[in-house]
Amino acid sequence: MNVNFDQRVDLEVVANLIPPQSRVLDVGSGDGSLLELLQDTKQVDGRGLELSQRGVNECVARGLSVIQGDADKDLEFYPDKGFDFVVLSQTLQATRNPKLVLDELLRIGNRAIVSFPNFGHWRVRLSLFVNGRMPVTKDLPYSWYDTPNIHFCTIRDFVNLCDELGATVEKATALDANGQKIGLSMPWWFWNFFGQQAVFLLKR
Amino acid sequence: MAVLRARKTNNEVDQPSSPVLRFGSDKPLKLDAGTLLSPFQIAYQTYGTLNDARSNAILVCHALTGDQHVASTNPVTGKPGWWEVLIGPGKIIDTNRFFVICSNVIGGCLGSTGPASTNPATGKPYGLDLPIITIRDMVRAQQMLIDHFGIEKLFCVLGGSMGGMQVLEWASSYPERVFSALPIATGARHSSQNIAFHEVGRQAVMADPDWHGGKYFEHGKRPEKGLAVARMAAHITYLSEAALHRKFGRNLQDREALTFGFDADFQIESYLRHQGMTFVDRFDANSYLYMTRSMDYFDLAADHGGRLADAFAGTKTRFCLVSFTSDWLFPTEESRSIVHALNAAGASVSFVEIETDRGHDAFLLDEPELFAAINGFIGSAARARGLSS
Repeated sequence: MNVNFDQRVDLEVVANLIPPQSRVLDVGSGDGSLLELLQDTKQVDGRGLELSQRGVNECVARGLSVIQGDADKDLEFYPDKGFDFVVLSQTLQATRNPKLVLDELLRIGNRAIVSFPNFGHWRVRLSLFVNGRMPVTKDLPYSWYDTPNIHFCTIRDFVNLCDELGATVEKATALDANGQKIGLSMPWWFWNFFGQQAVFLLKR
Repeated sequence: MAVLRARKTNNEVDQPSSPVLRFGSDKPLKLDAGTLLSPFQIAYQTYGTLNDARSNAILVCHALTGDQHVASTNPVTGKPGWWEVLIGPGKIIDTNRFFVICSNVIGGCLGSTGPASTNPATGKPYGLDLPIITIRDMVRAQQMLIDHFGIEKLFCVLGGSMGGMQVLEWASSYPERVFSALPIATGARHSSQNIAFHEVGRQAVMADPDWHGGKYFEHGKRPEKGLAVARMAAHITYLSEAALHRKFGRNLQDREALTFGFDADFQIESYLRHQGMTFVDRFDANSYLYMTRSMDYFDLAADHGGRLADAFAGTKTRFCLVSFTSDWLFPTEESRSIVHALNAAGASVSFVEIETDRGHDAFLLDEPELFAAINGFIGSAARARGLSS
């Protein structure tokens, strides 16, 4: 997990998109919170891929099916449509090649669920505008030189990438700073301005 | 003394002190070498109780020089079982809960048929007349033992190193009989470097004049020097440079200065000599040749058209692989390539790499992170299998 939200409210949103007994691959499964939530509440057949060895070992010690691996390198080994859902929560911005990773998610899963912090949020824009320095906020606490988040994008950027990859957005949710869902009827520009993070359900 | 010890090993060979299952001519063991082994026998140990559903059985596969005495005193050495840190009442693999089976592999020298066993056709030890034994042959024999217990599906098969190879072979050959598999510090094939080290060991044994072309028992001898050298070379590969340096450095053995001779000046020399000497007390030299050969021949992908994922196609078995950062005999990459194959086969797989400087042998030692991983994996598999805690 490369983003420091006090409560991973996006996890609940992600979990609500997944029906019981699904086959789920969580890419960047971190400490296993989502997998555990899904196993306990949805009885999913869950697997995880996590970069940090410590995270993996903790997950396996808790009985979760997780392997150490890199989203940039190891997704190619998974078969086409091997999972009902492939989840990438708060990890896309930390990958070396987000386009390739997203492409792989759409190949491996019947559906992909992607959540990410929105770099178009007004606080980020204001911070850059006023201070003239790379934004460091409560939720994005890293300095530019030590951040693992090397490929930030805005909600609009992400929608464009989905278009490029031929992915259909089946559902999208933007969460404001309090983790509340922003009204569905709002236009993209509004989401892009007030959404602090976004969760997309994609299909191709 | 050496002769006495030789006899003692021989006693364990044909009439082991552990339980033994004998298969007559009606139940031969089909060997990969293309022949049948008959009659043959499997020596084994069990711990705990098989439940009524016969669903709580764990098969432990031993490594190159291991044996069936996994959790009880070894009759030859008098030492504790080789995995007593892990297996026993109240331990991570709790024998109050699970029925643990461990058998001496075919080709071994602690009671299962091997080169030191008496060949019924001649009344003399088989020696090199025993056909080459493969990992798959060992597993085929274990399967006959499991049949004997009336166990349809093992709850778990686990083992490290050569034991891990057997675990992989079990999961590949009998996927419907393996609920969960835990291969540790192993590979789906023996690397060129590993074959090379084994060849050095075998040549050391064969270069010993007491080997007598494998018929040393008939000459009342044993190739102790050759086998000891083989063990010394192999032992280095089980450790790591960092661990060796931490333990021994360039420290001198019971002396203040170098002796300007070829005595064991350094502690590491003395340590290796000791390792070699104690090994020949408990292990048969020909058996060592057969064991190393079985590992060299192991190549699970080659058995499946060169594609490792095909060895696990459609598997429902739950896997957990473990490697160690300082293991240069079976480096993490070997485990990772198995993980990739299992991913490609859509298998349920966990994979833990444990940071330690204790090298390949770490799997036999008290490694808390290893135990935590095994505990988590076994626990969740037991829940999935409906075994009460």
